[in-house]
Amino acid sequence: MTGPLETGAPVLELRGVTKRFPGVVALDDVSIEVRPHEVVGLIGENGAGKSTLLKILSGVYQQDEGELLVRGAPARFRGPRDAARAGIGTVHQEQSLVGSVSVAENLLLGAEGRSVRGGFYRWSDLNARARAQLAKIGSAISPTARVNTLTFAQRQMIEVVKAISVEDLPDRTVDAEPVVVFDEPTSVLAGEDLETLFAQIERLRTRASIIFVSHRLDEVLRISDRVYVLKDGRCVAEREPGAVDTQELYRLMVGRASTGQYYREDEQGTFDSTTADADEVLGADGLSLRGRFADVSFSVRRGEVLGIAGVLGSGREDLCRAIFGAEPLDGGELRVGGKRVRFRTPADAVRAGVGYVPAERRFEGVAMGMSVAENILLADSSAVSAGPFAVPSKRAALVKQWIERLRVRTPDPGTDVATLSGGNQQKVVLAKWLSSPRLRVLVLDHPTRGLDVGAKEDVYRFVREMCGQGLAIVLLSDTLEETIALSHRVLVMRDGRVAAHFDAAPGAKPTQVDLVEQMV
Amino acid sequence: MNTAVTTRATTGSPTAVPLGRRVLDAGPVLALVLLVVVFSLATSRFFTLPNAASIANQAAILLVLATGATFVILLGGVDLSIEGVMATSSLVTVLLAANDRNGNHLGYVAVLVGTAVGALFGLVNGLLHTRLKIPSFMVTLGTGAIGIGIATVLFGGQPPQLLDDGLRAWGTERIAGMPRLVIIAVAVLALGYLIQKFTRIGRYILVIGGDEQIARLAGVSVARYKLYAFVLAGTASGLAGAMASTQLGVGDVQVGSGQLFATITAVVVGGTALTGGRGGVPQTLVGVLLISVLANGLILVGIDPSIQRSVQGVVIVAAIAATAWTQRHRLRVIK
Repeated sequence: MTGPLETGAPVLELRGVTKRFPGVVALDDVSIEVRPHEVVGLIGENGAGKSTLLKILSGVYQQDEGELLVRGAPARFRGPRDAARAGIGTVHQEQSLVGSVSVAENLLLGAEGRSVRGGFYRWSDLNARARAQLAKIGSAISPTARVNTLTFAQRQMIEVVKAISVEDLPDRTVDAEPVVVFDEPTSVLAGEDLETLFAQIERLRTRASIIFVSHRLDEVLRISDRVYVLKDGRCVAEREPGAVDTQELYRLMVGRASTGQYYREDEQGTFDSTTADADEVLGADGLSLRGRFADVSFSVRRGEVLGIAGVLGSGREDLCRAIFGAEPLDGGELRVGGKRVRFRTPADAVRAGVGYVPAERRFEGVAMGMSVAENILLADSSAVSAGPFAVPSKRAALVKQWIERLRVRTPDPGTDVATLSGGNQQKVVLAKWLSSPRLRVLVLDHPTRGLDVGAKEDVYRFVREMCGQGLAIVLLSDTLEETIALSHRVLVMRDGRVAAHFDAAPGAKPTQVDLVEQMV
Repeated sequence: MNTAVTTRATTGSPTAVPLGRRVLDAGPVLALVLLVVVFSLATSRFFTLPNAASIANQAAILLVLATGATFVILLGGVDLSIEGVMATSSLVTVLLAANDRNGNHLGYVAVLVGTAVGALFGLVNGLLHTRLKIPSFMVTLGTGAIGIGIATVLFGGQPPQLLDDGLRAWGTERIAGMPRLVIIAVAVLALGYLIQKFTRIGRYILVIGGDEQIARLAGVSVARYKLYAFVLAGTASGLAGAMASTQLGVGDVQVGSGQLFATITAVVVGGTALTGGRGGVPQTLVGVLLISVLANGLILVGIDPSIQRSVQGVVIVAAIAATAWTQRHRLRVIK
C-alpha cells in the first residue's frame, strides 16, 4: 500500500556511512534518508549489511566514516541510550520484553524517571504513564498485566509502544516525532497477526516515520513508500513500489535474475497415484498425542515431499516433533521403511534414519561455538569411524565433500559455525543429516525461516536433490506458497486432526485458497 | 487511579494463565495446609498455641536467611556462603559484646558490626561475581570457606560465652508470647517484601533474573543491582549469625550448620525458580513455614530424628520436580 508521498526535510539521514570489521567492509558509502511520516523499506540478503545499518541507527555500533543526521543536525550515538534520546526506537526481531514483570515496567524500563522517587516505585504514576503510552496506538492492554501472561501478538504490540515511547524520554535530545525501526518483524508472524502489524504500521505513520526491514519482498512492496536495496554492504538501488515489482527487487538484491522457477517445480518427480505401498519410507496410522493431535495417518514414499499445513495450534508442530521422537506418542503406529518403530528419544529416531531440521536454527540446529566440521559430523560419525575411534583423514574428506556439495561459504572447516550467515548455518544443518549414511526420512521444520532469497533457493535445490536420492521428506513451512510448490502431497491439519489430503503433482497443484478453506 | 480507566484497561485482558500454572503457583500453600492437617490429625500436640510459637521460633533464623537468599536466587544465582558468613558474624558479635574472652562491651553495636560483616561478605561476593565474571556458585563456595576459616581463628578452640544479658534476652525471651527473634524475623520479612515490591533494587533484580540482556540494553546497570542482591543476602546471613549467637549464648563456628541446605530448600520449595525471574519473598515465607512445620511435625509424631534429614531431602526433590513438571520436554536442556 502506498500512502501519499510526504515531502519535507528528512527526519533521518545517513550520508556516506562506512563501517568496517576486521577483514570485511560491512557498509560501504551508504546514503539513505527517511522523510516525515514515510515508511521506508530496507531489503537485502543476509550479509548485505542490513543489521549493521540497524545497529548504527540504534547506537550499538558507530560508523567509521560518514555522517548521521537527525533532523538535519549531525549526531553521533555512543550507545543505545543516545539513539533512544534522539527519538529512534527499534522493534527488535526477537522480542525484548521481560516476562517476569508488568507491562508498565517493561515499557518504562530504564526510563522510570519521576515514577521512582528515592528508589521507591510510585506504581500509580508508572501505570498511568504506561497507560498513556498504550493509548497512543489504541491498545487496551492493562499496564499491570504480567508480560508472560500475554499472547504473542499482544507482546508485539507492546514492543511497538516501547519503540515509540522514545519520544517521551525526559532527557531526549530531539523533540519531535520518533523514527521507528522494525527489524524483520514479520519473520515470525503469520496470517492475522501479520495483518494486525500492517494495520498498526499504517496507524503509526500518522505520528512517526518508519523504517521497515524485511526480506519478504511482497511485504516490503506493500507497506513501503520507498525501498532501498542493500547488496554486499552497498546501497544499490532506491525504488518506489509503483515503479518496481518483486522480480526486479529480487534481481537487484541478489544480482541475478529470478528464474521464475523459484521452487524448481520442473524438477519435482512424479508419482503414479497407484504406486504400491512397498515404496513407503515413512508411514503413520492413527497417531495421537493427548491434547495435541489425534488419529493422524499418512504415508510418504521414496523421493516424496509431504507438506503439512495448518495454523498455529493445529498440532502440526507437535506431530512433527513426535515423528522425530522429541514428543511421546500416546497411540497409533509409526513405520520407517515398513518396520514399526517406537521412539523414546530423538536418538532412537536418528538410529532409525530420521533426521530433523529444526525451526530454531540458532538454538536447536547448529551447535554454536563448535566448528563447521564438528557440526556436520554431529548426528552420525559412523562413516568416518573405525570402531570407537574417529579417523581424521576420513573425517576431513567427508566434511570437505559436504561443504563443496552444499556450497557452504566458510573460510575453512574449523571455523566456528556461529560466525556464518543464517543461510550457511542452515546448509551446515542439512549437511549434518545428509552426510549420515542411515538417513531415510528428513523432517524439515520451517527450513527457510529467516533466510534470504538466495539461501532459500539453495534450500529448494537441496530438497529436489534429496528427493532424487530417494529420501522421504516431511515439510512444515512458513508460507503456503512454499508448502504447495515444494510438496508432492499436502496434508492439512485443523484442531489436531487431519482435515484434508491434497495431491500436489506438478501442474496440478491445489491453490492457497483450497488449503486455507480446510485450515480454519 | 481512576476507576473508569481501570475498567477499560482490563477489558483488553491477557489470556488466562493456564490451569497447570495456577495449580503450581498455589502448590506450596496447598502442601502447607495439607501438612498442617495431617500433623494435626496425627497428634494432638501439634495444633496448639505453644507449638505454633515453637515452630515460629525455629523458623525465625531460617526466615531471615531465606528472605536474603531469595534476592540472589531471583537473579538466577545462588549464595552458598551462608554458613561461613554466619560463623564469622557469630564470633565477631560475641567477641565485641560482653564475653568471657575480653573486656569488650559494645552491646547492640556488636550485633550491628556482626551484621555489617555479613554485608561486607555480600559485597565481596557481588564484586567477585560481577567484576571477575565468576559464577556465583563458585565465588560463594569460596567465600563461605573463608568465613569458616576466619571464624575458626577467632574461635581459638574454646567457644566464647556471650555475657551481655540484654542481647541474651533477644535470643531467649518472649514479648506477648512471641519469641523476640520471631519479631525480628517478621520485620526482616516485611522489609524484604517492601524491597522486592516497591524499590528499584527489587524490581530490577526481577527484571535481570528474567532477562539480563534486555535489562542491559535498556541501560540498566546490571552489575550494580546484582551487587545489591548479594549485599542483601550477606546482610541477612550476618544478622542471622548474630541472632543465632544470642539464642545459643556462645560464639560458634558451627552456628550455621545445616542452614544452607534449609535455606535453599525453603526458597525453592516456596516457588522461586533456581533459574531466576520467578517467585519472591511471599513465596519464601511459605517455603520456610513448610520446612519448619515438616521438621516440627516429624518430631512430634515420633519419626526417628536420624531419618528426618532424608525426609527433607525427599521433600526438596519432590518440590523441584513439581515446579519443573510443566516445563518437562524431551528436548529441554538441563545443566
